[in-house]
Amino acid sequence: MNLGKIYKNIFLVMFLGFVLSACATQTTTKIDSQIQGDVYTGTDTVEYLADGVPDRVFFATNESVLTTASRETLRKQAAWLRKNSEINVVLEGHADERGTREYNLALGERRANAAKDYLMTYGISSSRISVISYGKERPVDSGSNPLAWSKNRRSVTVKAN
Amino acid sequence: MINKKFLLLCILIFYPLKSMALIEVDITRGNLNPLPIAVSSISSSEADKVKLKKELKIDDIGLEISRVVENNLKTSGLFNPLDKEAFLQKPDIAHLKPRFEDWALIKAQALITGKINLKDGKLRVEFRLWDVLAGKEILALAFTTVPKNWRRIGHIITDKVYERLTGEKGYFDTRIIYVAEEGPKIQRIKKLAIMDQDGFNTKYLTLGNELVLTPRFNPTNQMVTYLSYFKNLPRVYLLDIETGIQEVVGDFPGMTFAPRFSPDGKKIIMSFAMDGKSDIYTMDLENRIVERITNHPSIDTSPSYSPDGKYIAFNSDRSGYQQIYVMKSDGSNVKRISFGNGLYGTPVWSPRGDLIAFTKLHKGKFYIGVMRTDGKGERLLTENYYQEAPSWSPNGRVLIFYRETKTDSKGEGFSAKLWSIDLTGYNERLVNTETDASDPSWSSLLSN
Repeated sequence: MNLGKIYKNIFLVMFLGFVLSACATQTTTKIDSQIQGDVYTGTDTVEYLADGVPDRVFFATNESVLTTASRETLRKQAAWLRKNSEINVVLEGHADERGTREYNLALGERRANAAKDYLMTYGISSSRISVISYGKERPVDSGSNPLAWSKNRRSVTVKAN
Repeated sequence: MINKKFLLLCILIFYPLKSMALIEVDITRGNLNPLPIAVSSISSSEADKVKLKKELKIDDIGLEISRVVENNLKTSGLFNPLDKEAFLQKPDIAHLKPRFEDWALIKAQALITGKINLKDGKLRVEFRLWDVLAGKEILALAFTTVPKNWRRIGHIITDKVYERLTGEKGYFDTRIIYVAEEGPKIQRIKKLAIMDQDGFNTKYLTLGNELVLTPRFNPTNQMVTYLSYFKNLPRVYLLDIETGIQEVVGDFPGMTFAPRFSPDGKKIIMSFAMDGKSDIYTMDLENRIVERITNHPSIDTSPSYSPDGKYIAFNSDRSGYQQIYVMKSDGSNVKRISFGNGLYGTPVWSPRGDLIAFTKLHKGKFYIGVMRTDGKGERLLTENYYQEAPSWSPNGRVLIFYRETKTDSKGEGFSAKLWSIDLTGYNERLVNTETDASDPSWSSLLSN
């Protein structure tokens, strides 16, 4: 059921991408289909904590605001955490390479905390969540382009036990 | 009319001064005519040469010391060391009494000569600096050390020559601590490393088991503060380079980062991040008393003290985006000083006190620049795809920073290197490192 929904979402995103590409230039077509408003919407690097529970949310440049899609992902994580009360998690906050190292460390921490706060409002105890920032030190995509940077601006929920 | 009078006055004032000091080097402007200087090989007796070769495995230590001096002088951008092939006079004779006509003939304006003596296993090096046009000695000094310290002799000689000819302290007998990097971009291995300012004598201080970032020298001794992810807990650490002893100093209930020493070396100033906000704290290293300096929901980081310790420059996004602020060292009187287009980060106060170096991000480019401490007089020194984290030479004339390259379409070709540039914006140079490198921090002068 959940998987079906994801496929549906992917299809929708791809469809939107095609629609957008009609008015975008050729070179940006591919990027447009995976970035919306500077936030990565693709599934390229995403892993799953459980069936239908994506492990990460993405952010706009210099931002730590959760998008609608991010909040949906985090609600799924919260539901999964409620069901699996013995599991603790670490939220790993990351930034892209287009910022100074120290500011990015702080920004990664802020992003992970944005995710933590949301999980807490959905009933997950703060004692089950720890936070770590890697700043720009652990990119998932080594590219030097907007798409790669958008994949790297993320908070990843990782099982701690 | 006024101009003429003024000119006359200038001539009257400056003319006699100028004739007294024949050679002088102006370091306040970009120097397009570096001073031609001849660095003669440091001479030694055959017997000493043989003994030193046995100990150091180097054929002619005097020649090598002179090469250290030449390389330093050349790198400064202020001097043009002349080719030794053209020298007419032998090193040992030149050291006793140069034939100035011979040196003038090859257009040398200054000449360095020297002599080595090995006594009781100690290396004694004397050197002289000669003004070729005036035909006289202007500096003569001698140093004694253990032979394996021979490179330092070269650096100290350069510092003395630089000081005599520019009127300012040198920066050659110094070291750089930095982060040595290896491996693919998505799985970088980082180690603390230290080397002489010219890239020699590299030593690795950590093994690469944990991520380490942003090492900074204590301006008064051989201590270093840095960020380590030991046991996956990002915390500020203190390392004694002499003993190798490390200890955590920022053991707060969250991430501590962006450490730097106070100018007297007695405190560490750093950021502490918790619950999505980063604030600036200090810790007294003697009594371990922690003081909170900023208290704001924004990100406050990259603090740097003024050399008199009275002010702190720092980075904050309290206006919405990264900008540079200055406050009193107790946290009062916070004032934003960066108002140009773009984002500003990594403020570092010049050791002379008059300027703040920074990184600027504007329209997808990164710049290293300087501004006065009130934010006026912004000057961008260099532009690149990615560069940041300037650190001042102890005399405040040169900045060292790191630069990363753009990867290709396959995400390959990443590298990080150290670069230096003069405050004038001239003389940009790649700094030699054994591996890729980032986050450089320049030490104070080791000797005076």
